[in-house]
Amino acid sequence: MTAASASAPALARPAPGGGRTSPNMWIYVLLVGGLVLMVGPFLWMLLGSIKPQADFLRAPTLMPSTPTTDNYQRLFDQLDFPRFFFNSSVVALAVTVGNLVFCPMLGYALAKLRWRGKRLIMGLVLATLMVPAGITLIPNFILMSNLGLVNSYPGLILPFLAGPFGVFLMRQFMFGVPNELLEAARMDGANEFRIFWAVVVPIAAPVLATLGILTFLGNWNSFLYPLVMAQSPQMYTLPVALATFATGQYQADHGMLMAGSVILVVPVLIVFIVFQRWITEGIATTGLKG
Amino acid sequence: MTVPALAQRRAAEAAPPASRRPWRDDLVGWTFAAPFVILFGIFLAFPILASFVLSFTSFGLKDLANPVGSTVVGLKNYVDLFSDPVFWTALFNTFYFVIVGVPLTLVFGLLIATALNRGVSRFRTVFRVGYYLPVITSIVAIAVVWRFLLDPDVGLINMALGGLGINGPAWLADPVLAMPSIIAMAVWRNLGFAMIVFLAGLQAIPAMLYEAAAIDGAGRWQGFRYVTLPMLRPTILFMTVITTIGYLQLFEEPFVMTAGGPLNKTLSITMYMYQQGFTFFHQGFASSIAYVLFVIVAIVAFLQFKFLRSDT
Repeated sequence: MTAASASAPALARPAPGGGRTSPNMWIYVLLVGGLVLMVGPFLWMLLGSIKPQADFLRAPTLMPSTPTTDNYQRLFDQLDFPRFFFNSSVVALAVTVGNLVFCPMLGYALAKLRWRGKRLIMGLVLATLMVPAGITLIPNFILMSNLGLVNSYPGLILPFLAGPFGVFLMRQFMFGVPNELLEAARMDGANEFRIFWAVVVPIAAPVLATLGILTFLGNWNSFLYPLVMAQSPQMYTLPVALATFATGQYQADHGMLMAGSVILVVPVLIVFIVFQRWITEGIATTGLKG
Repeated sequence: MTVPALAQRRAAEAAPPASRRPWRDDLVGWTFAAPFVILFGIFLAFPILASFVLSFTSFGLKDLANPVGSTVVGLKNYVDLFSDPVFWTALFNTFYFVIVGVPLTLVFGLLIATALNRGVSRFRTVFRVGYYLPVITSIVAIAVVWRFLLDPDVGLINMALGGLGINGPAWLADPVLAMPSIIAMAVWRNLGFAMIVFLAGLQAIPAMLYEAAAIDGAGRWQGFRYVTLPMLRPTILFMTVITTIGYLQLFEEPFVMTAGGPLNKTLSITMYMYQQGFTFFHQGFASSIAYVLFVIVAIVAFLQFKFLRSDT
C-alpha cells in the first residue's frame, strides 16, 4: 500500500517518452500555428501571381479582386521565361548526371579498394567541403573566359560536375556494403568494374536517388556562379533572371515577380513532395547539405 | 559520424580486398578515381590555389586575356582591405547576421524537432514537409517574396499591422530594421534543416534513458536538460558549425532585398567581394576579400569544434 502510493506520482506524471500515446493539444496548436507561418509566404506568392495589376495600386488585400493569368502571360510574351526554364533544366540535369557518375566511382574506390594516393585524395576532397563557394568564383571566371566558355552551357556546368558532397555521401554508404558480397563476386571471376556495375550500383540505388535529387535541387537554386557566368539574357537561369528583373526595371511589378517566383519554386516543390522521404532521410543520415 | 558508421569503417579498413599485385590495385583504384579527380583538380583545387595567388596581384579587366601578365603587388590588397572602412562594415554586418541568426535558427529547429518527437504521432509527415519546404526553395525566390511581404505600401505584414491599428515601418529601407528583417527571413528559411537533423538525433536517443530519468523523478524539463541536451551534443556542434559556415557566406538575401543598403547596413562580405570583382573588376582585390572570408570560416569552425567539444 505504501509502496503503491509512493510510486503513484511518478506514474501519474506523463513520462517524457510517453507523450507519443497521449498527444498534448497545445503542442499541436503551436505546431499548426508555426506551420501557417511557414506556408503563408508561399500562399501569398501564389495569390500575388494571379492578382491583376490594378490590385497593386490600391490598399493591399489578401485575395485578388479578379484572378488573372495576365502576369504569367507577360512572363512568356515580354520576357523569355521558357528559355530561362530550359536553361535551368539543362544545367541542373547535366550536373546531376555528372555527379551520379563520378561520385559513386570515387566513393567506392575510397571505401572499398586499396590504392596508393587514396588517403591524400580523400583528405583533399573532404577538406573542400568547408571551403566557401566564393573562393573559386574569380579563378573559374578567368579560366572560363580564357577557354571562351563564359556565357555558355559548358561554362555553367563543368565546375559542378564533380562535387565533394556526393563523394562524402557515397563513401559513407559504400562502407556499409558487405565485403563478403564483393568477395563472392571476385570468386566468381568478376573484375572490379563488373563488380561495381553489377553488384554495387544496384544496392546503391536508393542513395543514388537521394544524391540525384539533392544535386538537382541544389543546382536548380544555384545563384552566385550563374550570375557571374551567364552574361546575356539567353543564357540566364531562372534565379539569375528573377533576381535581375527584381532588382532592375521590373522592381515594382509585384504581380509578374510573384509569377516568376512560382515558376522557379513549383517544380522544386513537386520534386520535394513526391520524393520527400528520400530527401529527408538522406539529409538525416548524412546530416549535410540543404 | 555515428558509432555504427565508425565500426563499419574500421571493419572495412581492416579487410581490404586481398591482392598480391599492388600495381594492379593502383591502376584499378585510380581508374575509378580519375574522372572525379581530374574535374576536381581543374575546377576546385586549382582555383583555390589560384585565388590565393591572385590576391597578391592587381588583376583587373585588362589582364583577363593574359592572366600570367598581371602585376604582383605583394600585400597591398590586404593592406588596402584592412584600412578600408567599407570592408569593416561588411565584416560587422556579416557577424551581426551570424551571431543573431545562428542561435535563433538552431533554437527554433530544436524546439520544433522536440515537439514533433515527443508530443506528435499524427500528421508528423505533414509537419515535417511543411517546415522543410523553404529549405529546398530558391533563396532568390524567397527573397523576392519576402521583399513583397515586407513592402510598406502593398505588403501583407504592414497590412496585418494596419488591421491592428499599427502603422508598420518601411522594414528594408530602415537602417536599424533592415538586418533584423533579413535575419528573420533566414531563420524562417533554415529552421527546417535544423529540425530534420535534430529529429534524426533525437530518434537515436534510447527511450530507456528517459525512463531511467523518470524513475529518478526527473520531469519533462529535467529530462530535456539532463538527457536530451547531453545526448544531442555532437548534433548541436555539427549544426552550429554547418549553419555558421553557411551564414558567413550571406549573399542572395541582401543582393535581392536591399542591394546592401540602406547606408551599407546589410552589405555582407560576399556581396562586397562580388561588387569589387564583378562590378568594378578589381579581381585581385576581390580575391583577397575571398581569402579573408576563407580564413574566417576556417577559424570559426576550428573554434567551435574546440570550444563545444571540451565544454560539458
